[in-house]
Amino acid sequence: MDVMPKWAEVVLVPLISLLLAAIISALVILAIGEDPVAAVKLMVAGALGSTYGWGYTLYYATNFMFTGLAVAIAFHARLFNIGGEGQAMLGGLGVAFACLYIPWPHWTLALLGAALMAGLFGAIWAAIPAWLQVKRGSHIVITTIMFNFIAAALLNYMLVNIMRPKGQMDPASAKFPDATHLPTLHELLAPLGIEFSKAAPANVSFLVAIAACFGLWLLIWRTRLGYEIRAYGHSESAAKYAGISPFKITMITMIISGALAGLMATNNVMGEAERLVLNSTEGAGFIGIAVALMGRSHPVGVFIAAILFGFLYQGGAELALWTSIPRELIVVIQALVILFTGALDNMVRMPLERVFLAIRRSRRAGATD
Amino acid sequence: MTDDKTLERQATAAPTSAHAIELKGISKAFGPVQANKDISIRVMPGTIHGIIGENGAGKSTLMSILYGFYKADKGEIWINGSKKDIPDSQAAIAAGIGMVFQHFKLVENFTVLENIILGAEDGMMLRPSLAKARRTLVELAADYGLNVDPDALIQDIGVGMQQRVEILKALYRQADILILDEPTGVLTPAEADQLFRILGRLKSEGKTIILITHKLREIMEATDTVSVMRRGEMTATVKTSDTSPAELAELMVGRKVLLQVNKTPSTPGDVVLDVKNLKVIDDKGVERLRGIDLQVRAGEIVGIAGVAGNGQSELLEVLGGYEDGTGEVMLNGQPLDLTGRYSDGQSRRARGVAHVPEDRQREGLIMEYQAWENTAFGYHHDPAYRSGILMNNNAIREDTAEKMERFDVRPPNPKLAAKNFSGGNQQKIVLAREIERNPDLLLIGQPTRGVDIGAIEFIHQQIVALRDQGKAILLVSVELEEILALSDRIAVMFDGRIMGERLPDQTDEKELGLLMAGITDTDAPHDVAEVEANLAHVSGDPHKEV
Repeated sequence: MDVMPKWAEVVLVPLISLLLAAIISALVILAIGEDPVAAVKLMVAGALGSTYGWGYTLYYATNFMFTGLAVAIAFHARLFNIGGEGQAMLGGLGVAFACLYIPWPHWTLALLGAALMAGLFGAIWAAIPAWLQVKRGSHIVITTIMFNFIAAALLNYMLVNIMRPKGQMDPASAKFPDATHLPTLHELLAPLGIEFSKAAPANVSFLVAIAACFGLWLLIWRTRLGYEIRAYGHSESAAKYAGISPFKITMITMIISGALAGLMATNNVMGEAERLVLNSTEGAGFIGIAVALMGRSHPVGVFIAAILFGFLYQGGAELALWTSIPRELIVVIQALVILFTGALDNMVRMPLERVFLAIRRSRRAGATD
Repeated sequence: MTDDKTLERQATAAPTSAHAIELKGISKAFGPVQANKDISIRVMPGTIHGIIGENGAGKSTLMSILYGFYKADKGEIWINGSKKDIPDSQAAIAAGIGMVFQHFKLVENFTVLENIILGAEDGMMLRPSLAKARRTLVELAADYGLNVDPDALIQDIGVGMQQRVEILKALYRQADILILDEPTGVLTPAEADQLFRILGRLKSEGKTIILITHKLREIMEATDTVSVMRRGEMTATVKTSDTSPAELAELMVGRKVLLQVNKTPSTPGDVVLDVKNLKVIDDKGVERLRGIDLQVRAGEIVGIAGVAGNGQSELLEVLGGYEDGTGEVMLNGQPLDLTGRYSDGQSRRARGVAHVPEDRQREGLIMEYQAWENTAFGYHHDPAYRSGILMNNNAIREDTAEKMERFDVRPPNPKLAAKNFSGGNQQKIVLAREIERNPDLLLIGQPTRGVDIGAIEFIHQQIVALRDQGKAILLVSVELEEILALSDRIAVMFDGRIMGERLPDQTDEKELGLLMAGITDTDAPHDVAEVEANLAHVSGDPHKEV
């Protein structure tokens, strides 16, 4: 029997974890002689206080949604894909190929084509470690992380030696044609009469990310494939008994996972930079792990956690800009959030379970007396 | 032989120390589950006291409290007349309590001697401890007739011998009270008899023994008094000589139970399953099946008897499609693939093979899945469970609710996770899923392992009913009683081979027991040592969880 009611499991545990992370972060800020209350105010104002702030928060959140979903689907098959970073880089390469070398008549078609290429490239990058795991026994945690480095080196080579326009010093591709320009939230909301900041990078791929959340929910909980993936994740021996092929599930899951991570490139490469640069992923592949952990591998959880991390990213940038709190401290705060919501989950869960147990017991005693 | 000594001990003991163990009002709850409710029990020194009850009745919890694994919410423990606080197993050992677990806690690549001193070494250096242990071991062997080779590696000796090492471990720690948890689960009948002889000897030497079991026969054979537990409560404590198996069963379940399976003679039809020279080689290159020949006809139950780990699991796995094999297997006259694309659970089900696996928690069910998800398990490609590309969850739930009602699954809630059902009800969920598919051949492994008596009766009836519909059934069980009660024909497996086939009314446990130990010459006289020596040579791991 489950000890805690579902709402406590889903809402209370992450909330308390977050609170603990916030308290320790506040202590750290105090320790370097700054005012934590002012810092929080600044973060909230900077990330959520204006459409400009929201534009950045949602832009980051879009990245994290894609990578978070990528990690989440792999978790359901009990696979730990920490190669989201490399898969997203490859996705960027796919987007660049699609945008630079195919003349698109309209952004909708360009988005479709770029998304296909991004997904394909990311999927291939995840499929190789998956194949190595099932056929050669190389552990996927090791191979996916190594593939991140290979991806970075590959991207470096492509940008410096092949894709860089002649005469350009910067290791980056040429700017994508105007036809591939994705509408920003400003452009999307203007016809509805809503004023949204022109400068913010949030764009239509935010809607793609939301669609991906819904699609993944449908896949995991409503299709036979999702049923098989979850079954395999819970018990490999039972999956074998039922005739669910470990090879098939591992490959398909990692292909979907890699494709989702690759799709992130529609946001950062196509939607924001509009050209391929080095380190365009900015660590979003790793943040995806934290997002999936905090979101309990559920698409709704991933959505909320991605927004939270988007807020931390944007708020942290504001903090670094306007106070003498150094940028490194922002990383500390993010790390604390990851630590508490991901790694130290049981620290909050177990005492909470005890509390619920005690409540239930006293209630029962009251009923019988 | 024992009475004089027992009486003498009781007479000399101080009036307050009349009981070796006295538990007073022990209660323990796990969350909302009350595992032990106000349990009081008194065990006289120098007796064998049985504790019997269905799975989940609270036997193991009670003993874990006595051994210091759990702390009781309420109640007192008195050992030899003084109140003890037992917070951990160290304290239990200090109080003279030893425990022999169902699954042995031995280091496979250590010798007997090394295992015995493990955790009870005298100092930094190993040698003096070993020397001392060797001397003690010789004394113990002489006192209790517990002969083992101190320098043999655990992995080289048989299960019966390993159990003896566990008993010696407890005695080495000067245990006066021995608790044995389901000790005969992995033993052949001959080894079990030997164990009971050892227990008798220990009793005659003044040790107190608590025997936890779910087998009525063992209680009747070995114990002096017996306590019956039901749903966390102690329902009765009686002298064994004053009771009967039927009465104990009724006390355990709370209603009258049919101990015999009612079935008519079988009327076998055509051969459904025809196995010829079936071999399986495992990942380590060990040959697990060494050429099995077997036939199962429509309308008969063929039982496979054998000690766990002699290839029965592999037989079910290869027939169920998830272990590769070589040889020739025909189903209804058509060959079955033993390797490759069409050798998996899906293909088998499509051919009319249903499979209730030996380990429902590892294979038969996804414990985190709800009952309805488990009802679709393996059959999730059924068009009836589908609407377009999505699963038709409502259809599955309705189907599950019907199946749960027909198989009397309690509680009949399709949305409850499998892990929250009792063992018997979990098994009913698996059975309902497999039997309701109307298969030609049912493979069924350990149908009643970890299942309470009430549910056993129901499960046996279902198996017989399926047979009476003219289906072929291959039954694997380590419970000889079950094999004898259900089978129309019995094949005995030993070391990956079938040692022989017998008809249940023309054989007995003794003959089957010898076959189970690989001895085919069942008329000649044999002793336990020979049986043990034979079993020790089985290449398989006897502790393999099946």
